[in-house]
Amino acid sequence: MLSTPALVLAIMLFGLGLIGLLSRRNILYMLLSLEIMLNAAALAFIAGGARWGQIDGEIMFLFILTLAAAEVSVALGIVLQLSHRFRTLDADAFCELKG
Amino acid sequence: MEVLFYIAAAVTFLATLRVITHVHPVHALLYLVVALIALALIFYLLGAQFAAALEIIIYGGAIMVLFIFVVMLLGPLAVEQERTWMTPTAWVGPSILALILLGEVGYLIAVGDHTVNVVAETRQKGISIALYGPYIIGVELASMLLLPGLIGAYHLGRRLSREGR
Repeated sequence: MLSTPALVLAIMLFGLGLIGLLSRRNILYMLLSLEIMLNAAALAFIAGGARWGQIDGEIMFLFILTLAAAEVSVALGIVLQLSHRFRTLDADAFCELKG
Repeated sequence: MEVLFYIAAAVTFLATLRVITHVHPVHALLYLVVALIALALIFYLLGAQFAAALEIIIYGGAIMVLFIFVVMLLGPLAVEQERTWMTPTAWVGPSILALILLGEVGYLIAVGDHTVNVVAETRQKGISIALYGPYIIGVELASMLLLPGLIGAYHLGRRLSREGR
């Protein structure tokens, strides 16, 4: 049965994505880490579907794929805007919100 | 099958580790493409053939191409920068990992059991029926998510091109 090792791999990939998101300050790498975490969640769903022999895991994978596509298109537009205005990709430089 | 899974898992883990530790964005993207292809192989081994195909086509194809376009748009497209990004040593790591995956796929084609395909057909039919049966609300919500995504991406890109002129 491959489901348990697949879940362990999903946890490891999610951890790597989380570490990348927290440690990198380049906004492009933060987006890549988000993609890794989404992939880990998709792997967990597929592993669950394979464990119980149900198709719901793959259907949730389809929804995660849709979410990732929409998220990436908008986020990359924001990255282009930020690099155009601030001439940098450092996430700590975008701190002009007053509140 | 278990050995193939563990090799693909190791490839995924190593490639992902290189993604978050690399400095050059293009190299990190190369490693991420390899990680996604390895993950597609894992999906196949778990019995989700359709998800494996989608992972390669949409994640490894469409989304990674978007990322690469944006990386190319960000910096000035100087020849010197291309030369520093695309050094021959940059290809070695992803190539080795991809060759391992190619060997696994060749092994699967050569000695894998081909009775899986019959199971996959009925499974695929079940996915399609469930997607437009009990999960129809999810499909509608996905369309409601994709339309604002389209409008948002168009809006953000359009303002950029107008200011650039």
